[in-house]
Amino acid sequence: MAMELSAGDTAWVLASTALVLLMTPGLALFYGGMTRAKSTLNMMMMSFASIAIVSVLWVLYGFSLAFGNSGSAFYGAFDLSGLGSAVGQLTNNGGIYGIPLLAFAGFQLMFAVITPALISGAIADRARFATWCVFVGLWVTIVYFPVAHWVFDFGDKDAAGNITGAGWLAARGVLDFAGGTAVHINAGAAGLALALVLGRRAGFKKNPMRPHSLPLVLLGAGLLWFGWFGFNAGSALGANDTAALALMNTQVATAAAMGGWLLVEKIRDGHPTSLGAASGAVAGLVAITPACAFVAPWAAVVLGVLAGIVCSLAVGLKYKLNYDDSLDVVGVHLVGGIVGCLFIGFFSTTAVNSFGANGIFYGGGAELLGKQALAVIAVISYSFIVTYLLGLLLEKTMGFRVERDAELEGIDLAEHAETAYELEGVSGGGFGGSPALTKTKTSVRSDEEVSA
Amino acid sequence: MRLVTAIIKPFKLDDVKSALEAYGVQGMTVSEASGYGRQRGHTEVYRGAEYTVDLVPKVRLEVLVEDHDADAVVDVIVKSAHTGRIGDGKVWVVPVDSVARVRTGERGPEAL
Repeated sequence: MAMELSAGDTAWVLASTALVLLMTPGLALFYGGMTRAKSTLNMMMMSFASIAIVSVLWVLYGFSLAFGNSGSAFYGAFDLSGLGSAVGQLTNNGGIYGIPLLAFAGFQLMFAVITPALISGAIADRARFATWCVFVGLWVTIVYFPVAHWVFDFGDKDAAGNITGAGWLAARGVLDFAGGTAVHINAGAAGLALALVLGRRAGFKKNPMRPHSLPLVLLGAGLLWFGWFGFNAGSALGANDTAALALMNTQVATAAAMGGWLLVEKIRDGHPTSLGAASGAVAGLVAITPACAFVAPWAAVVLGVLAGIVCSLAVGLKYKLNYDDSLDVVGVHLVGGIVGCLFIGFFSTTAVNSFGANGIFYGGGAELLGKQALAVIAVISYSFIVTYLLGLLLEKTMGFRVERDAELEGIDLAEHAETAYELEGVSGGGFGGSPALTKTKTSVRSDEEVSA
Repeated sequence: MRLVTAIIKPFKLDDVKSALEAYGVQGMTVSEASGYGRQRGHTEVYRGAEYTVDLVPKVRLEVLVEDHDADAVVDVIVKSAHTGRIGDGKVWVVPVDSVARVRTGERGPEAL
């Protein structure tokens, strides 16, 4: 923790910020490919809208509400509103870091952007776009900003070493390195709440609603994986050993989770699918997120395999319990986040990170597991209850779900007056005649013309 | 003149097309179709959940022939599209009143 600005640390955090931003368009592709062709644009627009809305709110008051200096244990304050007073300051988050406060604010913004975007997968094909935009603004204000404060704000350390204004989970010593609780469990619980408010799609459980473009899904998963190095290793807020550990753990857990998911599919269904490979990779990324700087790389492999197997089984829950979590936000993000957060209680070791703690397998007893469980339960409860009430309020006032006809015809056309693919049925859109073509003598002639 | 319409398994299209060309059929129209007969669709497992799919993908093939060729053309299609498994498809023949070639205006068998 340098007391003056470190060019190396700052460069890494700035680069990580750009990496994490790319995750949201990556998510848009991941989700967009998974929808049917008639609702691809709406799915992608929900992610892009989150970038637009959250970025503006973050500067106006969001960063301050999450990381403000004079905050309580439950939410920040408005002292950094507008971010004018942040210019020229170093980051103070439980200690001084050698990076500008604005770099930290930019980096954390990208987390705030992707979290509501993650929720959108639970309500594919059926959410009114205007209502979604209002939802994003209100949800980050009353759910994400406070929860980010609980988990990510380690308070301000003054010259005498006193810390003030830390979030209540951070102050208790909950270990969540890059957002297993604030981002993934939060988004997963909110996704479940919205899926319940909006109800099941027409044809749920009757029609397989297969992904319209698996190459897009794989491209999106690849971009998420790439950007996730910024998400996890960037959370070290410096170019250091912790960042390297986080990066390596992220890679191996993701690889192992893909293998775990595909193994389940091969044994259960007979075919390892490309959707399974993409979903398994994301499940691994989610699970390693809280744990990436607290466990040894071999343990990250164990976590990855576990996450791949557990999440692949968890996505089947929606059919048993009858909720339409369309693109498996619950099965991947909520369940994956829980697996990762609780895993820390067993495998965390101070041997790899002196700022961590020892879990059950390293002589630390059950204390850490208890803290982790508390954080998991607190975030699930708060996120689910508040999101459910907010969703219900919007459904009763603005209307959250589109008309049935619009849903069947395709939400892209109904909400955006566009379609993802302009493939006209006849002649690839050239129906109606192309004068140039009729005048050109083509070399290809039918047998009939030759003989005539 | 007769219109022979065949509903066949998509992967059999190449075999049927070659067999018809070998017989001497001058042209055909092929379109993608979906439907079911006595086999009543099938079940498929996706992401751990089982679905019943009623409409199975098929290819619809139409050939215009002279009356005396109709039976032979049906035989050619049935032989070349046959796998012996359920869902092999159907072939039917209907009489055609009139046929015109758009380019020349010829009518009747001349237009085939």
